Amino acid sequence: MKRYTKDVDESARRITRRTLVVGAVQLGIVGALGVRMQKLQIEQADQFRLLAEENRINIRLIPPARGLIFDLNGRPIAANEQNYRIVMVREDAGDVGEILERLTKLVPLDPQDLARAMEEMRRRSPFVPVTIADRLTWEDVARVNVNAPALPGITAEVGLSRVYPWGADLGHVVGYVGPVSDYDLSRIDDQDPLLQIPKFQIGKTGAENKLERRLRGSAGTKRIEVNAVGRVMRELDRKEGNSGADVQLTIDARLQSYVQARLDSESAGAVVLDLENGDLRAVASAPSFDPNMFVRGISVANWRDLNENKFRPLAAKAVQGTYPPGSTFKMVTALAALEDGKVTPEETIRCKGWVDVYGTRFHCWKRAGHGNVNLHESLKQSCDSYYYEISQRVGIDKIAAMARKLGLGTRHDLPLSAVAEGLAPDKAWKKRVRDQDWRIGDTVNASIGQGYVLSSPLQLAVMAGRLATGRDITPRLVRAIDGVEEPSGRGEDIGLNENYLRRVRAAMDDVSNNARGTAYRSRINASDMKMAGKTGTSQVRRITAEERRTGVTRNADLPWERRDHALFVSFAPVENPRFAVAVIVEHGGGGSTVAAPIARDIMLQALYDGEPPLDAYPTSDRGRIAEQQRKIRERVPPGSKGQDRA
Amino acid sequence: MSYLEYNTKYIPTGFRKLMYINWPIIVLLTAVAGYGFIMLYSVAGGSADPWMSAQVKRFGVGMVMLVGVAMVPIWFWRNVSAVAFGVSVLLLVAVEFFGAVGMGAQRWIDLGFMRLQPSELTKITLVMVLAAYYDWLPSDKTSRPLWVIFPVLIILFPTFLVLRQPDLGTALLLLMGGATIMFLAGVHWAYFATVIAAGVAGLVAIFEGRGTSWQLLKDYQYRRIDTFLDPSNDPLGAGYHITQAKIALGSGGWTGRGFMQGTQSRLNFLPEKHTDFIFTTLAEEFGFVGAFTLLILYVLIITFCVASALGNKDRFASLLTLGVAMTFFLFFAVNMAMVTGLAPVVGVPLPLVSYGGSAMLVLLIAFGLVQSAHVHRPR
Repeated sequence: MKRYTKDVDESARRITRRTLVVGAVQLGIVGALGVRMQKLQIEQADQFRLLAEENRINIRLIPPARGLIFDLNGRPIAANEQNYRIVMVREDAGDVGEILERLTKLVPLDPQDLARAMEEMRRRSPFVPVTIADRLTWEDVARVNVNAPALPGITAEVGLSRVYPWGADLGHVVGYVGPVSDYDLSRIDDQDPLLQIPKFQIGKTGAENKLERRLRGSAGTKRIEVNAVGRVMRELDRKEGNSGADVQLTIDARLQSYVQARLDSESAGAVVLDLENGDLRAVASAPSFDPNMFVRGISVANWRDLNENKFRPLAAKAVQGTYPPGSTFKMVTALAALEDGKVTPEETIRCKGWVDVYGTRFHCWKRAGHGNVNLHESLKQSCDSYYYEISQRVGIDKIAAMARKLGLGTRHDLPLSAVAEGLAPDKAWKKRVRDQDWRIGDTVNASIGQGYVLSSPLQLAVMAGRLATGRDITPRLVRAIDGVEEPSGRGEDIGLNENYLRRVRAAMDDVSNNARGTAYRSRINASDMKMAGKTGTSQVRRITAEERRTGVTRNADLPWERRDHALFVSFAPVENPRFAVAVIVEHGGGGSTVAAPIARDIMLQALYDGEPPLDAYPTSDRGRIAEQQRKIRERVPPGSKGQDRA
Repeated sequence: MSYLEYNTKYIPTGFRKLMYINWPIIVLLTAVAGYGFIMLYSVAGGSADPWMSAQVKRFGVGMVMLVGVAMVPIWFWRNVSAVAFGVSVLLLVAVEFFGAVGMGAQRWIDLGFMRLQPSELTKITLVMVLAAYYDWLPSDKTSRPLWVIFPVLIILFPTFLVLRQPDLGTALLLLMGGATIMFLAGVHWAYFATVIAAGVAGLVAIFEGRGTSWQLLKDYQYRRIDTFLDPSNDPLGAGYHITQAKIALGSGGWTGRGFMQGTQSRLNFLPEKHTDFIFTTLAEEFGFVGAFTLLILYVLIITFCVASALGNKDRFASLLTLGVAMTFFLFFAVNMAMVTGLAPVVGVPLPLVSYGGSAMLVLLIAFGLVQSAHVHRPR
């Protein structure tokens, strides 16, 4: 069959026509593609370039080194220690189980940690390093490094961890650091991006907590390139942050250590105040706890021990505990009355053993009474009746004002956890808080530091200091931050009649240096270092009529938690006071027998800046003291590192 | 049959045929393939392995096959068209039963020495058989319903088989390629108007049927459509590929980020960066200039094919050349539309550039047919 040329030509023409149509459509599509490319690549190029950069670049924070904390003499109190940990990268390890088995033979691995690490490895991408073991010794790390060829995927890394060389001795003062928690984040208003780093360590209590902003420093950054699954390809650049400021405290770590040792197993608090500048040389609370335990992660058993101990080791009794000050409050009452002109130093008041106030009988501690006593004798022998009388004359509001003037009932601004305000009660306070009228009995109780009056050892030390110097000394804990000294707490004249102050000091001198003083047995023998003080024994319960009849008034016969608190406030040397010391022994019994000897020993340590010579002690005590000093010398406080405390 | 009227004594013989090959097309094909080698080198992170060296070898084999096919007279290819089509359809049926599953779809048969994708083969044989059909059919019968239904069945049967694999991209290519040849051959406008109307109705049916017992597409295909319509809806899930592809393209700017400097591809943000999405890497590293250059190269190839076809008086040769050009056009147009976010992700490689053996060999054989038509054209 032959095709006609006409047919062929016609067919070719038709194909050409149709091709032109198809070609036009194709051209249109190509045009659309071109326009699309132009739009994406030229018009929106900047926007997409940005997105590409966001894709590939991650900004990571470099945590700064935390600032160090030193004591007055430059001894480290909180330091950063290099710690070694072992991390594993799953994809490099190959057979994870096999490698871990080999590793277990080299270093001690906690099965619990191991299980947690395995779980984490399963959950995360294979290239993410997972910590297998933390806080290893250099020897362990060396063993791992030597065997590196047999341990693919295992590497040792160095990090910094917080360490407290003095252990429990400074536990309450420095506090401790711990990983930032959701609770922390919800509680503190802090935009610092460092807090978003998992397990970033922040101060939890004590100075670590209160000085957090200065100690933390600022974050550095590094920009890293990551691929689609988050693997780090390389570091693009890095900007180092600023490490935290170093802090020097006013604490003398050696003295602090001595105080803790001297308080020993008592439930007690003691404060040593430098009267030159308000420096707190020791702020001790016993029993204490080892902050290193918290940094490592405290075990359940240890935590339970701390919480269930009836002596409350976690409470910083020196600043946080408030107690009725008992007879140590008598200086306040006396000065209030003297300044108000309601009594003169020479006026004598008869003590017959009790005072009746509107039908209620208030007893003096000495049932037989002190006879006629003036200001001097009333303090020296701690006669209660005298104060029952003068307090009624002057009234509670003036007493409370005097208490605040001397540093009681006000919160001292210190970078420590839960610094207590205490309580110097007055009429307005009772109306506001209790919605009751003040009664004269309340005044009588308050006059000898009982009833509503509450104060902390810190406040009592400040009171003793202000009495001794006549200046409104304010305590300070931080001596310098980053080499810049903090303002001194020396204070200005407090505005009290110097004659009255001298009278009070003279009486306090006799308290411990006159044979009839309540603290004579705890005197200092060195003539140029004599100590003035005041004992206090504060009741934590009412002595019932029943007990009075049956004669159960001896402390030793009572259960511990119902015994009296023993207190002593002091300053020394009498002529030129340099230190004030306040001691409270919870439920310790009598101030003169329990608290005064402790205060005396502490005072001597402070005055001699170290172990005092035995002849500073009364002759009869020297044998006992020598033994006590030997024991303390040999003591190693829990959690401390001997070699770092030099 | 129509060759009887050609003056065959002007047809070159022996090695003289080489001189009559359409060399510009060969040069353009090599240029495009070379572009592809560079990109495969780049996406491998600056290494010839694993992709570039294999691709170069295949291209070499493909070029030899191209010349081989070109040497064989075009009338031979016309005469074996029906047989070739039959074989490829049989292979398509065979993958239904013996095919291996790759990338979630049954697409290839392992012959031992190579993996054969019958769907790729079908792309040429369908063009061949349609061209032969319209060459055989007297042109006055072209638009008669009976003579229209027959090629429609020829197109739909393999399309149906490919769709079942499931390979939506190739199915669309077969359908559109076949339809275009029918259009070029002169089938009446009205048929196409009807089909387009029916197609719109079909699309409506596809969407209406979603979620019901008679839904027409697989869930993943629906998801691809959803993602296409609004990729920002699901930037980390199904829309991830399109979003990342657009970021790569866009961040290229005018001149690109430089050879091997494309962060999107180098850091693995791009999906299938050596196959279907290779254009995004190219656009990222060489920018608008590089991407547009490739587009121009493709358009030039089509232009030379069309010019050759229109200058060829033989109806089979002409239709075959146009059909190959159309298939080639559909390849790159669909791929580019897909990666630039103009069309759904349907899995069509970028011709001669994407890594892949069957596609490249089949394309080069197709261009061999074009060359054969060119060399053996009636003069």
